[in-house]
Amino acid sequence: MRPSRPVGIVGYGAYIPMGRLRTSEICRVWGGEPPIEEKAVSAMDEDAVTIAVECARYALRRANIQPKELGAIYVGTESKPYAVKPCGTIVAEAIGASPQVAAADYEFACKAGTEAFQTCVALVSSGMVKYAMAIGADTAQGRPADPLEYTVACGGAAFIFGPRSEKTLAYLEGSYSYVTDTPDFWRRAHEIYPRHGGRFTGEPAYFKHIIEAARGLMAELGYGPNDFKYAVFHQPNVKFPIRVARMLGFGMDAIKPGLVVQHVGNTYAGSTPIGLAATLDQARCGDRILVVSYGSGAGSDAFSFVVEDRAEVPNRDPPVSLFISRKRYIDYATYIKHRGKILR
Amino acid sequence: MSVPRYWRESKYRYRLIGKRCMRCGALYYPRRAICTRCGSKELEEHQLSDRGRIVSWTVIRNPPKDYERFAPYVVALVELEDGIRILSQIVDVEPEEVKAGMMVEATFRKIREDGTSGIIEYGYKFRPPVESKQDSS
Repeated sequence: MRPSRPVGIVGYGAYIPMGRLRTSEICRVWGGEPPIEEKAVSAMDEDAVTIAVECARYALRRANIQPKELGAIYVGTESKPYAVKPCGTIVAEAIGASPQVAAADYEFACKAGTEAFQTCVALVSSGMVKYAMAIGADTAQGRPADPLEYTVACGGAAFIFGPRSEKTLAYLEGSYSYVTDTPDFWRRAHEIYPRHGGRFTGEPAYFKHIIEAARGLMAELGYGPNDFKYAVFHQPNVKFPIRVARMLGFGMDAIKPGLVVQHVGNTYAGSTPIGLAATLDQARCGDRILVVSYGSGAGSDAFSFVVEDRAEVPNRDPPVSLFISRKRYIDYATYIKHRGKILR
Repeated sequence: MSVPRYWRESKYRYRLIGKRCMRCGALYYPRRAICTRCGSKELEEHQLSDRGRIVSWTVIRNPPKDYERFAPYVVALVELEDGIRILSQIVDVEPEEVKAGMMVEATFRKIREDGTSGIIEYGYKFRPPVESKQDSS
């Protein structure tokens, strides 16, 4: 898919809560081997909405636009604090964008954030809005002792899309979405924790969709892996993105800047957007970035961005690396209190 | 807090919007209808600074209802860069790390939840600034 007029990212911002749980601490309680080093845990007064607001404020600052210039705000999450009441309206009010703004929440497991990218690109490209904001943010759920609990984490990133101009940090060359009805991971209504198909989440789910979306986009644009300086893949753990990169012909140098899962965890809808934010923090003018999300259920969105010279302009906004280093370790007992797994 | 009251006050709590006396320039948070310095009724909405310094603080160890799970937590008097002083909870810091003169910035957090089925009240709290060490002052 290509926009009918050039569209790009004009601002972005990430936010990762300060709490960290070493996965060795989960192993101490439940056994097993640590799949990543540590994961980010929200404080008791944080949720997907507060994370989305933090990201949105940083994105606005970096874009240097007025909140009222936003024509749409979409929040992709599977951790909605309300089953019925949009996160998007709270974000819009908190950043000063309401009331003349479209707002809604997207649900597509871990690709809800990049699904919002597609809508924002379309709205800007069509000229319906000047700027549109897409946010991927989650306080991810994992049942105690489930393999998911070792990796699921909290965090998010926001991206503001606008027409390609002198304000653009990176412009979009094209996108590609690939979805099938694949029941690899789900959470039924009123359930607290998701269920998943174990190893079924790999080959027919994560790998198939990411590879098809990436190859589909590269074929449409006439590119191969060597045309991209960087690649960002959904990162539910360390092994999957490294393996899918190898399968597609990308080396470690290409994925390293955006591979934050080892120190952040799997932030679900925030995962790919945070990876893109971390990559943009390091990218230089002319670098081409392949971004491929994955959401269970299942589908992938692939994007090709080319970095512009404004991305190299220094700013005071915190890079993703600052949020990774800003941390406070907690133990398993504090973690289950923070995440509401035990109540007074 | 009732739902209508939360709704009426949300934008002031979300974005730290106070009132400024158009006659004498006095700032107020929470907002006021009449300036207590000059008596003027002409006050306009004013976006307050989101950064300030801690003037004084206390540690709440016996919290009121609905705040029990946060204890112990810090409540501080913060002097914003535009000179106005407001009360706020201080987060992302241990109580023993809080100092007078400490720089803080506003953050968006949950303030209170009305049980598991009621409204979630959001608003500002303050935290140490998220910035590189060379940027901090």
